[in-house]
Amino acid sequence: MRDIVIIGAGVSGAAAARELSRYQADILLLEKEEDVCCGTSKANSAIVHAGFDAEPGSLMAKLNVEGNKMMPELSEKLGFPFKQNGSLVICTDEADRGKLEELLERGQKNGVEGLRIIEREELLQMEPNISDEAVAALDAPTGGIVCPFNLTIAMAENAAENGVEFRMNTKVEAIRRTENGYVVVTDQGEIETRAVVNAAGVYADEIHNMVSGEKISIIARKGEYYLLDKSAGSHVSHTIFALPSKMGKGVLISPTVHGNLLVGPTAADIEDKEAVNTTAEGLASVARESAVTVKNVPVRSVITSFAGLRAHRPEHDFLIGEPADAPGFVDLAGIESPGLTACPAIGRMAAEILAERLQLTEKSDFIDTRKAPVDPKTLTLEERNALIKENPAYGTIICRCESVSEGEIIDAIRRPLGAVSLDGVKRRTRAGMGRCQAGFCSPKVMEILAREVEGLGLEDVTKHGGRSGLIVGLDKDFDACKKEENC
Amino acid sequence: MEEYSIVIIGGGPAGLAAAAAAKESGEDRILILERDTRLGGILNQCIHNGFGLHTFNEELTGPEYAARFIQKIEELGITYKLNTMVMDISSDRVVTAMNREDGMFQVRAAAVVLAMGCRERPRGALNIPGYRPAGIYTAGTAQRLVNIDGYLPGKEVVILGSGDIGLIMARRMTLEGAKVKVVAELMPYSGGLKRNIVQCLNDFDIPLRLSHTVVDIQGKDRVEGVTIAEVDGSGRPIPGTEEQYSCDTLLLSCGLIPENELSMGIGVELHGATRGPVVNESLETNIPGVFACGNVLHVHDLVDFVSEEAGAAGRNAAAYVRMTEAEKNAAEKEISVQTENGVRYTVPAVVRPARVNGELKIRFRVGAVYKNRYITVYLDDERIIHKKKQVVVPGEMEQVILKPEMLAKHPDLQSIRVTLEEE
Repeated sequence: MRDIVIIGAGVSGAAAARELSRYQADILLLEKEEDVCCGTSKANSAIVHAGFDAEPGSLMAKLNVEGNKMMPELSEKLGFPFKQNGSLVICTDEADRGKLEELLERGQKNGVEGLRIIEREELLQMEPNISDEAVAALDAPTGGIVCPFNLTIAMAENAAENGVEFRMNTKVEAIRRTENGYVVVTDQGEIETRAVVNAAGVYADEIHNMVSGEKISIIARKGEYYLLDKSAGSHVSHTIFALPSKMGKGVLISPTVHGNLLVGPTAADIEDKEAVNTTAEGLASVARESAVTVKNVPVRSVITSFAGLRAHRPEHDFLIGEPADAPGFVDLAGIESPGLTACPAIGRMAAEILAERLQLTEKSDFIDTRKAPVDPKTLTLEERNALIKENPAYGTIICRCESVSEGEIIDAIRRPLGAVSLDGVKRRTRAGMGRCQAGFCSPKVMEILAREVEGLGLEDVTKHGGRSGLIVGLDKDFDACKKEENC
Repeated sequence: MEEYSIVIIGGGPAGLAAAAAAKESGEDRILILERDTRLGGILNQCIHNGFGLHTFNEELTGPEYAARFIQKIEELGITYKLNTMVMDISSDRVVTAMNREDGMFQVRAAAVVLAMGCRERPRGALNIPGYRPAGIYTAGTAQRLVNIDGYLPGKEVVILGSGDIGLIMARRMTLEGAKVKVVAELMPYSGGLKRNIVQCLNDFDIPLRLSHTVVDIQGKDRVEGVTIAEVDGSGRPIPGTEEQYSCDTLLLSCGLIPENELSMGIGVELHGATRGPVVNESLETNIPGVFACGNVLHVHDLVDFVSEEAGAAGRNAAAYVRMTEAEKNAAEKEISVQTENGVRYTVPAVVRPARVNGELKIRFRVGAVYKNRYITVYLDDERIIHKKKQVVVPGEMEQVILKPEMLAKHPDLQSIRVTLEEE
């Protein structure tokens, strides 16, 4: 019997896993996809929100501000890219000044530090490309940007190092109550456990409703984005928001931690929780709305577009805790924006609830830090040469656009919870994330995966697990000759 | 720091021809830096024939064409480093590169020849809505998988874009047992060579749908189908014209982009139309001693023209190395070549009449299909070239040659204008 089964290896599940791994407990994490960070956590705005947007008194407001404060130290300890670049909310109409003041007050109530309203002149100095219509802005210096992949992966790796077992490609189909806890029924067999953490993202309602009579619902709210080339990355230096509306925070324009420019998202509630497709209308509206706050956004230098699904609750607040009729079952549900920011605080809250419920004891040997992958770009010439001498694979560039070496790719595969697919390598190393979008490097990364992953042939390499195979067979001649078994 | 007279960035067809020509002009200290595992560049995966008709008067495959130049490099004893990525070039021509054996190293060059080639425009840059499953490849990536690695990336194929690589891959995939259902082309004309339309599509009964594009991609894990639709005159899909194709693969052949990230790092000025460096009659960029040739300069239709252009760049780089400082720095009159009536650009874009040595070849492309036009060049107000063409198309590069006697007639030349005229 396990102590805890966590369902979902997104940013909430990973954060809960890391925080729970501080305790002496037998923890298993189940993920239906082939890797961590495959759902909402991989396709979002990658923003560390300051916390002025959420309703004072809500869980969202509390955990946003807490998460924001935890992020710098977490980034140091776990080694993922994070930058406090500051956020600006742009007011483009004198008539809307009241709304800006409201945001300021709300932020102050929420405990956000450093907030102030700035006038056009100062704004223009901070952001020369700001819209000609901009009259004032809310300056939130504690706003930041983060790599959502490596944030999630880093927490998951650290949890794994502290003893959490991860089982990918395992889908939960039912949960049964027992005298001592729960039986989690998966497509790979049944698991008995004392407690369950529901971190199932857009499917958190389905998981919750398997055990509780107090039904909840999660709506998939699609957001479409443009990612622009690094040549556009310095168009703005802060994260630029429009004044928020009912459907969300509007289209934002932000540099990413890796120097690209991100523009989006749209907001459209959809039925199909797998529908991560972009649409012509959605992308057109992103391009159109980008012009509201910033001039001349170079949308023509787009290198890719993508869509993500927010796990939206009609109540519009995080749901964290045990339903009254299901002790030992902890929901982390409705984790939409600012969920990425709040995740360290969400994880901590989940751990506190279960530590009390299960009477867990803290470990003495918890490993608080992660040995982050080497990023050769941050090294001096001498350090880099020492690295290449020790491991020549760091001297071979595989991804030209992002200058990713073979050594980094091999490390991403060999690490705990290592990559097993092209997208897994991409999220960990950025190979294939540049302007050619894997045109040159994908055959080479496929070769490295086939060489490094035990039991994986080149024909079995996938883009993102499951049926996303990249190769359908051998060339006709080879295929024929293989069948005849005479060559 | 090791010093070379000429460092050549890229060991594809352009780099090889530039190196050979520079060596034959008498320069000894030449270094080619190549990021791939072998010399020859993209020719290695172009196993179809049709190369070399202009250069060797015979029809070769890509690897054969490359082999002739590689052999020459070996015979001339030119130094090259493989698996070596150039990370940076400074404006005073210090080249920083990296490989497994040498680590990060720097060499100083008296002249640099940029010959990095180009890359394919990926799906993301094309703004095609839909899912992002496996099975979407640029034509060149698919070509590598099939021709170098021996793997078939798909069995039921739709191709978007009728660039030459797409057309070649329509035939290759068919020969390897895949079914190519359709080639859709956004423009009302193909971007590829006529001979490729005939030999790669018509001969295999593969339909080419002009003025069509992909408007949706289905399949979450692997491509399951695409929707194509007709587009209007401004390239916007026309509602109601959608057609559904079930397929497991979408190949993209939608344009090539010169790879000038290194060039931009040096401060090389790029041309708005070619996205390659702006060069003068010597194929020299705005950064003294930095030359460019091949597809990094402008995308060519035939490799023969790459070799020819690169040979000139190599010779000019060699001549530059031998110049005195006074000669290098001499201020010369510069004329920007004017283009009009559908001529999109010229290479060179700038001419210093005093530096023209012998014939001056001006290459260009047009922006649309033109029938019964004259390719016309004016030196000041004199119409010096007026050459009838039945058809001029964007997919084929055109050239005019200014002979020494033409330029001699205009000792105080002020303007050069390349245009298309109706009569």
